Amino acid sequence: MIDTPATQLDRTAMLSLYREMLVIRRCEEQLAKGHQAGLIHGACHTYVGEEAVAVGVCAHLRQADAVFSTHRGHGHALAKGVTPRALIAELFGRATGCSQGRGGSMHLFAPEVGMMGTSGIVGPCILQAAGAGYSFKLLGLDQVGVAFFGDGASNNGAFHEGLNLAAIWDLPAVFVCENNMYATEVPFAYASRNTDIADRAVGYGIPGVIVDGNDVLAVYEVAGAAVRRARSGGGPTLIECKTYRTRPHSEGMRDGSYRSVEEIESWKARDPIRQLYATLTAQDLADEQALAAIDAEVQAQVAEAYEFAKNSPYPDGATALDHVFS
Amino acid sequence: MRELTYTAAAREGLDEEMARDSRIFVVGEGIGVRGGNFNTTLGLYEKYGPLRLCDTPISERGFVGLCTGAAMTGTRPVVDFMFVDFILDALGELFNQTAKIQYMSSGRLTMPIVLRGCIGIGGSAATHHSGSYYSIFANIPGLRVVVPTTPFDAKGLLKTAIRSDDPVLFLEHKSLMNTKGPVPEEEYCLPFGQAAIARTGTDLTVVALALMVRKTLEVAEQLASEGISVEVIDPRTIAPLDIQTILASVHKTGRLLIVDETFGPCGIGAEIAAQVMELAFDDLDAPVRRLNGSHTPTPYSPTLEAAVVPGPPAIARAIRELLAE
Repeated sequence: MIDTPATQLDRTAMLSLYREMLVIRRCEEQLAKGHQAGLIHGACHTYVGEEAVAVGVCAHLRQADAVFSTHRGHGHALAKGVTPRALIAELFGRATGCSQGRGGSMHLFAPEVGMMGTSGIVGPCILQAAGAGYSFKLLGLDQVGVAFFGDGASNNGAFHEGLNLAAIWDLPAVFVCENNMYATEVPFAYASRNTDIADRAVGYGIPGVIVDGNDVLAVYEVAGAAVRRARSGGGPTLIECKTYRTRPHSEGMRDGSYRSVEEIESWKARDPIRQLYATLTAQDLADEQALAAIDAEVQAQVAEAYEFAKNSPYPDGATALDHVFS
Repeated sequence: MRELTYTAAAREGLDEEMARDSRIFVVGEGIGVRGGNFNTTLGLYEKYGPLRLCDTPISERGFVGLCTGAAMTGTRPVVDFMFVDFILDALGELFNQTAKIQYMSSGRLTMPIVLRGCIGIGGSAATHHSGSYYSIFANIPGLRVVVPTTPFDAKGLLKTAIRSDDPVLFLEHKSLMNTKGPVPEEEYCLPFGQAAIARTGTDLTVVALALMVRKTLEVAEQLASEGISVEVIDPRTIAPLDIQTILASVHKTGRLLIVDETFGPCGIGAEIAAQVMELAFDDLDAPVRRLNGSHTPTPYSPTLEAAVVPGPPAIARAIRELLAE
């Protein structure tokens, strides 16, 4: 995949970032629709507004690199290579889903593309990414473990223990914190006296970087440096992406008690996809027609995935006890 | 045959496996240069170096979660807790992640991780260094639970645990770690889910684990001089549990006593009793009886400590009472 500083990103690479973000956005929109249609049987945590983080980071990853993520993981799974079909089918509880119907929104597994799992528990992904780093170091591989997690995880013990262990052992790991300002509905400004999570890296003796999580080119640049550092034996980095989810914590939840419409609108105005759209058109790298064509193509792919998922069989109840043990 | 201590036998098993497979590494507090608080890794640091004998900070949740991620990505961690009480800080990782990931990944990921530590009441270790918890572990789908009694079993079962692609709790009773027993020179592994008949008998069956096996054998020897014939079954692994060997013994004796140092309520003794009643009710000549440690935190003072754990007199009494029924 592409792995050059953002300043040198060519038109093709930038269009690829644009397309990847759109895939996530259109999938999430289809999933919201599927939730309203009763096709999603459990929770559905969408990633709308945060697409630049997953795409900007995963653009630097190889298939053999290991990504671990959290309950808001649809975007990470797609950016790491899970197909829209496998994602949507999983949320619909179908046998064709990436976890074959065992997981749903919060448990997305596709180890064949390095998506090592998302979790309904906040924090473990940080430890597991450090563990992948330990494996790669022991095996002498130049692969990296990457954890995506939210601001809520940064107040959990797993954050402290994981960053400390990764730091003292110089593990090839990248810790990507998506600070979207709310842990469900608890403002991070309430949960932490210092609202800059990257500052905590100092306590572990590793680099901590703050980046605009709605600017995919900025995320791309910062993540590239962190991934290169990890691959070359330089140890872990903490990246804090300041971002925002513009939909409720979970589909169907009330959303009015903890944030204002004005706040949501102000972040919608900084939409990561529209920002890249503006950059591409302003720099004459793509015109409106070309970008509309990409969107149409993505929408068709995702609509097809939705139909595929809807028409897929449910898993056979007789298989419910399979795989408890190896 | 040569004799080794329990700890030396297990250590030899670990050494053999580490020599065989370079993906195996050990983490824990003081397991590197120091060789382990209980000498579980003595001499291995010099052979395998700091990356494979990795000393940790006091960070149990951290290194259990880390080793879970490592097991998912191509290596085979052995976590040495010293005292298994220390695993309790990591139960969220163990129960929600380590135990479930094979299932959640539809079998596309394996979880080759061994979590070992000493268990058991004794030596005035007091309540934070005396826990066993194996019934709790055995309640969780996805975990294997091994409780060896002899040096021979400790080595053979540890080798199987390390080769397993499932997460294994390997629990070593602290009062057994310095006991000696025969261990063959040639390599061997022991299967999970296969109980040992520690003593054959005809009047009554006792199922016991770990130190309670030794105490029951002492009692059985004394009772033999009175003409009482006790069969002693050591399950060795409780997940999987070899219920067939227990059923065969009960079929022969008609009476079952379960001697378990750990708590009675919702414990492994209750599980064995329930299974025997479900599967072999007609074989029973008397109700199944349990003898457990007291349902209490473990006290420090020797007199208090002795009062909460089954000893030979209590075991002998329970056997006589059950035979009188």
